[in-house]
Amino acid sequence: MQQSPIVEIRKLAFGYDPARAVLRDVDLAIARGSVVGIMGQSGCGKTTLLRIIAGQFLPTAGEARVLGQPTAQLDRHGLYAMRRRMGMLFQFGALFTDMSVYENVAFPLREHADIPDDLLHDLVMLKLQAVGLRGAAQLMPTELSGGMARRVALARSIALDPQLMLYDEPFTGLDPISFGVIVRLIRELNDSLGATSIIVTHDVQEALEVVDTAYFMAAGRIIAQGSPDDIRRSAEPFVRQFVHGAAEGPVPFHYPAPDYAADLELAAG
Amino acid sequence: MQQLEQLREHARGRLERLGNTVSSQVWRLGFASRFLFYLVMHSGTALRRFRLTVAEIYFAGVLSLIIILVSGLFVGMVLALQGYDTLQRFGASESLGVLVALSLVRELGPVVAGLLFASRAGSAITAEIGLMKATEQISAMEMMAVDPIARVVAPRFWGGVISMPLLAALFSAMGIFGGYLVGVQLIGVDSGAFWSQMQAAVDLRNDILNGVIKSLVFGVAVAWISVFEGYDAVPTAEGVSRATTRTVVSSSLAILALDFVLTALMFTGGTNQ
Repeated sequence: MQQSPIVEIRKLAFGYDPARAVLRDVDLAIARGSVVGIMGQSGCGKTTLLRIIAGQFLPTAGEARVLGQPTAQLDRHGLYAMRRRMGMLFQFGALFTDMSVYENVAFPLREHADIPDDLLHDLVMLKLQAVGLRGAAQLMPTELSGGMARRVALARSIALDPQLMLYDEPFTGLDPISFGVIVRLIRELNDSLGATSIIVTHDVQEALEVVDTAYFMAAGRIIAQGSPDDIRRSAEPFVRQFVHGAAEGPVPFHYPAPDYAADLELAAG
Repeated sequence: MQQLEQLREHARGRLERLGNTVSSQVWRLGFASRFLFYLVMHSGTALRRFRLTVAEIYFAGVLSLIIILVSGLFVGMVLALQGYDTLQRFGASESLGVLVALSLVRELGPVVAGLLFASRAGSAITAEIGLMKATEQISAMEMMAVDPIARVVAPRFWGGVISMPLLAALFSAMGIFGGYLVGVQLIGVDSGAFWSQMQAAVDLRNDILNGVIKSLVFGVAVAWISVFEGYDAVPTAEGVSRATTRTVVSSSLAILALDFVLTALMFTGGTNQ
């Protein structure tokens, strides 16, 4: 039997102010168990789309069904109930700086599950072992490298065994080794938890290595979608420019500016 | 004619700006009030898991002790010096104890402790919440289905509200001790007169209770302003620094204005005779 998609977005539009739409006519359906990439240039609306899926923003028009429920119809209580089944990894980890690594990972468990201390300890160690940082349990976030902090944040976001994992630019600013570790973890955790993962990123080449399906966004619309191979072979000029990292293409190198000569005050004559 | 038109345009522009400022400030005040209401209604976690609030009492209260106690001591000592200088001209130097105690318990204790509390603890609360917002810790908490107002803001608010009257009381006690050191030990006012006149003149309800009420009101004002400014801060380095400054300025003004209002309500009409 075909299961219903875990995230389903239909004819979605969104704008911070009504006059300027950030997202227009977005349609997507994300199948359970898959790893999906949402890619595009900075400012194309992909992070906004992620925040709509997380229920932080509500659609201006259209519908976003997440984990079977339309987010617009949820009250605060319903929203929090939905988020308990979700994990989110923030761009820079967003660890609580006044708590140790151990306490950071224990935080969602302490807040939501009334469990005895020894069981809590085992669960935290299990999650830290999964990201390879059991030995760092007593360190403070300021003592961690960027890559380690992101892995701790990952351990924290999977503490409640989420059904849906959201990654906001998980690869930004990582060295190649940490990067490889995060890519591997995203796939491993997805498969071992039986979860679904959505990765929002502009690191296209790297993300194409890990995702099952990719959506390409530009100027608030989805302009291409398909398997990584489809995307690599795509004839769409914008996607080609992005995948190959070319300086010139549909996205100009220059930000719109007045005439160069005029700016340098060179007299035309 | 054209000049007149320009002048009129200029005046209209200024009027518009004034109107905008006033309406945005009124809007902000309304927002802050709703924030306070929501905060109080969602204080269950802070009170049920009282350890969270105790930790904030430690940060806001215990760590402010040094500055409060040292300041109290010096304010008391200066009061004794100045008070003695004036009182002895009228041959009333034995009343030094009364002067020191009443000044501290009614006014200087709550007000100066409040001002110190705003700059020592209030600014720290604003900066901490503002930075948590700037580094997405608040968003992360929301994404973990934990209400940041209940978990982060409410314990800090109640920690401040509980700490403030205690700090003001300690400030006054330390000030009276400072007054004793200078008045009795240094200048040589009679120790028995110093204490017994103080005991006779300071009234539990009219003086001490009113002082405690004042410090409680200041505590609510400072804690409210601090947590609101932090939560409402623009999440950038500059935004947090501005919010911290606003906390200290607004808190100080609020304390002085509220002090005038409370004093007018408490100590007028001859009820204190």
